[in-house]
Amino acid sequence: MSETTERPPGALQLLFNGIVSENPVFRLALSLCPAVAVTTTVANGFILGVAVLAVQVLSSLTVAIARGVIHPRVRIPVYTIIIAVWVSAIDMALAAFVPALYAQVGLYIKLIVAFAIIISRLEVFASRQPLVPSFWDAVGMGLGFMIALMVIGALREVLGAGSFFGIVLFKTKPLLFFALPAGGFFSIALLMAFFNALERKLTGGTAKPAAGGHHG
Amino acid sequence: MSENNPTFVLSPGPHLHTEESTSKIMWWVNGSLAPAVLWGVFVFGFNAALVVLASIAGAVLTEFASQKALGRRPTLTDGSAVCTGLLLALTVNPNLPAWQAFLGAMFAIGLGKMIFGGLGFNLFNPALLGRAFLMATFPLNMTSGWAMPRPWFGAPLDAVTTATPLAVLKEQGIEAAVQLVTSPAGLWNALALGFRPGSIGEVSLVLVALGGGILLARRIITLAIPLSVLAGVALSTLHTGVPLLHLMSGGLWIGAFYMATDYVTSPSTTRAQIAFGLLIGLLTGIIRVYGGYPEGICYAILIANAMAPALDLWFRPRRAAIAGSPS
Repeated sequence: MSETTERPPGALQLLFNGIVSENPVFRLALSLCPAVAVTTTVANGFILGVAVLAVQVLSSLTVAIARGVIHPRVRIPVYTIIIAVWVSAIDMALAAFVPALYAQVGLYIKLIVAFAIIISRLEVFASRQPLVPSFWDAVGMGLGFMIALMVIGALREVLGAGSFFGIVLFKTKPLLFFALPAGGFFSIALLMAFFNALERKLTGGTAKPAAGGHHG
Repeated sequence: MSENNPTFVLSPGPHLHTEESTSKIMWWVNGSLAPAVLWGVFVFGFNAALVVLASIAGAVLTEFASQKALGRRPTLTDGSAVCTGLLLALTVNPNLPAWQAFLGAMFAIGLGKMIFGGLGFNLFNPALLGRAFLMATFPLNMTSGWAMPRPWFGAPLDAVTTATPLAVLKEQGIEAAVQLVTSPAGLWNALALGFRPGSIGEVSLVLVALGGGILLARRIITLAIPLSVLAGVALSTLHTGVPLLHLMSGGLWIGAFYMATDYVTSPSTTRAQIAFGLLIGLLTGIIRVYGGYPEGICYAILIANAMAPALDLWFRPRRAAIAGSPS
């Protein structure tokens, strides 16, 4: 075990890292496609978030266990197959247990295979770290993604549909714009700006703003 | 350095100053819009006035608030926020609830202008972004319940709502559109003077053209963009048989003279401006004839805005020193 010279970070630090300081959507700007597509309601964001959390944790654990036997040259196809296996399992589980919600986000559940955030955590973290830190990193990143989707979903559902988690708040639809795809981009941009401003305030202006990552 | 001991003052150029300034230009633009605004308010009544005021208030307050929040110097007196509010109001339904116009102006200034860094940094025309936002957010209020203008100087017909000529043209064909605008003043009078349903500022071509003429006379705008926009619309609607009806309908003239010519969001060389105008005109015609909306000038200008930097690059003037020399 000579790959990691320094001690791996602790569980709390990894959780905080995934949820706040390296939030997949607001800080790393990864997987913005699904973040726009499914966040018209909080419930949709929640269900996709749960699926991503499960796939991320299971894939990270698998890679962390099997990293000794994965040849570096074929690691990307192997990661993809591992992710695909877990996505299929989660896909079938959701279809069986929550068919109503699955009908809304089913397409995006299958697309989790191609989510940039999952494979990047395998490449950056799980393939180089032991089992326990990999687990906490995956939980942090999955939770970070889920929370981000739910925050965006909350903003768009309240403004666009006048409801929250399906509970009707206003009789009318206040700002239809936010329920449309264009409103999704604006919501994410506004929230990202808000998180950057918050980070700058907390760290005294030293933190770099979120860089536009590649989508997927 | 007293007066007894005169000395030469050395300062960096430019040494010649023109009287023109951003705020002066902006107030001329606002002033030249006044006839069209007043006419729109006159023919459409009280709610149109509310919409204009709410839109200007939304624009001005948003600009002031964001400059305060960001610690920048407030620049309200340059008139650009008023201009955005005014232009937005001219492009909307006179029966729009005033608070929606206020919200549209907030969006226009906040997300269309201030977030890019304020005047001079915005990619897209803020007023049109505000309109696009209103179209997406309140589609019903923006596209239905148009007011019929009061016939000549008679009593206003409050209860009558109708569709715009372009919407009728799209859904029911040429004859129905002609029928709608013909009575009682005659077809071309109705289109030119504004006795027809439409947005607050689009109704009177004569007054919009008058404002455009003032801007041309003051050399605030040149003819390159407006003429090529109109030419583009004529070209792309020729095959429908009624290019003149298309040329005289909708917010085309407001767009051509006031929005497409915005310094910040249009190219700066003449050849690029002609390409820019033609692009807007062609897109407008295509959207009107084949697209989902009856009117296309708003989206045509926004799309062309995105192309403006590229057009400036493609039509770069040759440098004088190497003009004519083999490259």
